[in-house]
Amino acid sequence: MWCQLGSAFRMMLYLTVLTGLFYPGLVTAVCQLLFRWQANGSLVEAEGSVVGSALIGQNFQRPEYFHSRPSAAGNDGYDASASNASNYGPTNHKLIRRVEASVEEFHRENPEFAGIIPSDLLTTSGSGLAPHISPASAEAQAARVAKARGVSLRQVEQIIAAHTEGRTLGLLGEPRINVLLLNLALDRSLPKHQ
Amino acid sequence: MVEREAAGLGLELPSELVSALCPTGSLSRSMTPLGAFNIAIFFLAILALTKPLGLYMTRVFEGQRTFLHPLLRPLEKLLYRLCGVREDTEQRWTEYAASLIAFSVASFLLVYVIQRLQGLLPLNPMHFGSAQAPSNATRVTPDLAFNTAASFVTNTNWQSYGGENTFSYLVQMAALTVQNFASAAAGVAASVALIRGFARRQANTLGCFWVDLVRSTLYLFLPLSLAAALFLCWQGVIQNFKPYTTVKTLEGITQTIAQGPVASQEAIKIVGTNGGGFFSTNSAHPFENPTPLTNFVEMLMIFVIPAGLTYQFGRMVGDTRQGWALFAAMSVLFLIGAFICYGAEQSGNPELAQLGVDTHATALQPGGNMEGKEVRFGIAASALFAVVTTDASCGAVNSMHDSYTPIGGLIPLFNMQLGEVVFGGVGAGLKGMLLFAILAVFVAGLMVGRTPEYIGKKIEQKEVKLCMLALIIMAANVLVFTAISSVVGFQKNGYWNPPGPAVANVNNPGPHGFSEILYAYTSTNANNGSAFAGLNANTPWYNLTLGVAMLVGRFLFIIPMLGVAGSLAAKKRIPATSGTLPTHGALFVSLLIGTVMIVGALTYFPALSLGPLVEHFLMLEGKLFAALRAPLWG
Repeated sequence: MWCQLGSAFRMMLYLTVLTGLFYPGLVTAVCQLLFRWQANGSLVEAEGSVVGSALIGQNFQRPEYFHSRPSAAGNDGYDASASNASNYGPTNHKLIRRVEASVEEFHRENPEFAGIIPSDLLTTSGSGLAPHISPASAEAQAARVAKARGVSLRQVEQIIAAHTEGRTLGLLGEPRINVLLLNLALDRSLPKHQ
Repeated sequence: MVEREAAGLGLELPSELVSALCPTGSLSRSMTPLGAFNIAIFFLAILALTKPLGLYMTRVFEGQRTFLHPLLRPLEKLLYRLCGVREDTEQRWTEYAASLIAFSVASFLLVYVIQRLQGLLPLNPMHFGSAQAPSNATRVTPDLAFNTAASFVTNTNWQSYGGENTFSYLVQMAALTVQNFASAAAGVAASVALIRGFARRQANTLGCFWVDLVRSTLYLFLPLSLAAALFLCWQGVIQNFKPYTTVKTLEGITQTIAQGPVASQEAIKIVGTNGGGFFSTNSAHPFENPTPLTNFVEMLMIFVIPAGLTYQFGRMVGDTRQGWALFAAMSVLFLIGAFICYGAEQSGNPELAQLGVDTHATALQPGGNMEGKEVRFGIAASALFAVVTTDASCGAVNSMHDSYTPIGGLIPLFNMQLGEVVFGGVGAGLKGMLLFAILAVFVAGLMVGRTPEYIGKKIEQKEVKLCMLALIIMAANVLVFTAISSVVGFQKNGYWNPPGPAVANVNNPGPHGFSEILYAYTSTNANNGSAFAGLNANTPWYNLTLGVAMLVGRFLFIIPMLGVAGSLAAKKRIPATSGTLPTHGALFVSLLIGTVMIVGALTYFPALSLGPLVEHFLMLEGKLFAALRAPLWG
């Protein structure tokens, strides 16, 4: 085996140059040329400054914005430099207490809502950075947002409908709404009445 | 209601069984037609790709011309010349194994050194490994560097760290991406050597490791990764060398968004069934897996090479039915696992349903158990990914297995315990399935009192002994380490395990905590790398024991299997007679599935009953677990 080590180290060195430097370099060059926006993080601008990424969720607290799912990334949630999940198991007391608290908070913030809250709105995502909520979760918040913005429920619902993405090819994934893009659209077309 | 629906499907299920498996009490609540259709479409896509890729791979490893030769052949020759390899060399199994080990030693040292020196090396815009590193950065200690090096060299890609706050871009590329190629190529090489053991007659050699390594890297992994990387980037996966971007969100909060050369690493992570994410949350992270389409393609890429290998096996031994028989056995195990896992996750957590959470799927929301899952994938694509990644030795995750329901989490765990024989990682799965095929014909031979044969080779004492040796080492590797970590005590705030006893590192109290430990050693032994990620594994005790489990799981499996290959290659091929058990029919496929299930179940049932099984029944009774009991030590 020892006489093979020479070949092994040389092979490792050349493979490092090929697959560790040349290959990522080539991919970077082509991607920066063809898919510049995506390659740099799908960053979204509003009024001239970058407000986030179309793929990364954000924390929203104010009543006039749609809220994202709870997040376990970083200390305050949605820390995009420290993706993380709760990793709570189904019989963990902390999971049940957290969901209970979220249910209470949701009903407090949305007194108009009388239904059962969709499961995605009360659970943390796998990445802690999920940009989407389900259409049902948006619908559940629509009345609050309309009231906070002083507009009719119908207007808000139209914007929700326009921002609902269906399943890919009618088959893959789930219908969903990008919360940041939805909130940006609200600010554009239904600015909050001061 | 349950009985009525079951009867409608023409099934007679005992009502206790239905209510035990299906907490919401209704089969229609545990699956949606579209979700089931997703699983079926995925399977059909794999079925369609198996033969074309298998044919291509056969050509590559038999040294025949492919459409990529005009471009890559000069590069291949150049690599041989630079490394002093003669292309027509033939190695005995011992030399083949020695080359593989030498290559792994060189890889290990290089990965270890690059990690430890990252603070001094370029392409490190966030200054990891130096004093200016971000405040949430993880320090790369010797034990963490050992664990990571063992992890990537063995194709496990277990991660005790979170990528975006631990490693520079150079480490991610020149150490980790390279190993994604190299460890996968070495795994494929060893599988091809095993196939040659069956295919050759009265030969004492198995081919040349270096040639197989270079060919699989150049003709298989590089082109597939390049195509996959461009596709992923088009869909939104990032690829740049910038420092992290800081933005002001709509509500005026500062958000720091991690960047990096992700697409190139993501592609080979999937194609090479490595599974080590650029980011901490792996393929759940929107920058690694942004859309349902990338999710589907990632799952396809995980399975396609292992599936192609079954066809290559049939082709090289001269009877493609033999390959399809293995494919059939794998398919049955895959589909059973996929539907059980999906059913359990779509049924959801009954404890949440009681709190006023809508876990019933509708057209407007996914329902089910969404803790640790992304809305863009929903339940079906998450559960399918979990099954695919553990059938194969991939270990990438698009949802957090730790938060699965007990039965949903049992399936990934059991898949790995079966030895990842269901398609398996690049190469690893075929080796495992051939091991079980040898055992299956051996068991059948015992029943009728006849020397067993497989693919025209007599299976004798030596092969069966080597197979059993590999099996016993694997089982002991999982169970002994799990047992030790369940009881061993350490000084609190000491060096070995600062949280105190090894059980203090779990994130979930009760049986789920035991499942976390069992999952960790199962995953590392099987070279999978997925985790019940709540376990805090970045301590010297876990880093070292998990690292050793990975090395044992890789090399003490591959070496006996190469021994089997060497022994088989030397044998004559005997013609099939009327007394030969045909190994391409339904009878053999059932026997093979039975062997896999019985060996797996007998070995792991006791451990599984202490973890996910007991948790399942306690969950149905509404039992919750608040905190660890008083630790045994410390």
